[in-house]
Amino acid sequence: MSDKNRMSIVVFDGTVDKLFPVSIIASGGVMNDMRVDIFLTFWGLLAFRKGEPYKVSKVSKDYEEWAPEMMRVLQEKKVSSWYDTLLQAKELGDIHIYACAMTADLFDLGKEDFEPVVDEIIGVGEFIAMAQESGTTLYI
Amino acid sequence: MIGNVEVTREIDARGSFCPGPMMELIRVIRSAQIGDVIAILSSDQGSKRDIPKWVTKANQEFIGVETLDGYDRIIVKKVR
Repeated sequence: MSDKNRMSIVVFDGTVDKLFPVSIIASGGVMNDMRVDIFLTFWGLLAFRKGEPYKVSKVSKDYEEWAPEMMRVLQEKKVSSWYDTLLQAKELGDIHIYACAMTADLFDLGKEDFEPVVDEIIGVGEFIAMAQESGTTLYI
Repeated sequence: MIGNVEVTREIDARGSFCPGPMMELIRVIRSAQIGDVIAILSSDQGSKRDIPKWVTKANQEFIGVETLDGYDRIIVKKVR
């Protein structure tokens, strides 16, 4: 049975323009009292290596001509970073963040190599079981 | 009507972007006492719509919204 109060998000991309919607949509889940399960894989996971979140400054290749303009307005308007937005949402709500085991193995990364916001390293089977129970599943 | 309400705490979230003001309000409401009246000042376009909807959904009391010079002052009472 899928639960409308649960949302699962796969984070594949590790660029600022994708990580922003992840943190904002997760915040929307918190506002609506949803449980949010976030599965970080490939480039999405690499953005959560220790010390990385605040360094990420790349924009998706398709929109790279917008990168300087985007970084400029974010800075000029003092917009909270995607990472601070995610930390705040996790502090206020029921958000669980998982690292994809396959990606972690591929790059020889263990739990200690990630920011503490990452709760656990799990396999795809376990995450898809969560997605199966979620009314909403997104791939970003 | 809004003018007569005594505000317990005012949060100035002007200049903060969606979802900032909404999340800040959730944080403050959680730590507030029942009966407290919170005013949140916000200049983003999302909060104006999100906050009243959230208040209803969270079963709190929406007192009202005043549109001032380039921002909104949204007033909420914690009732549970």
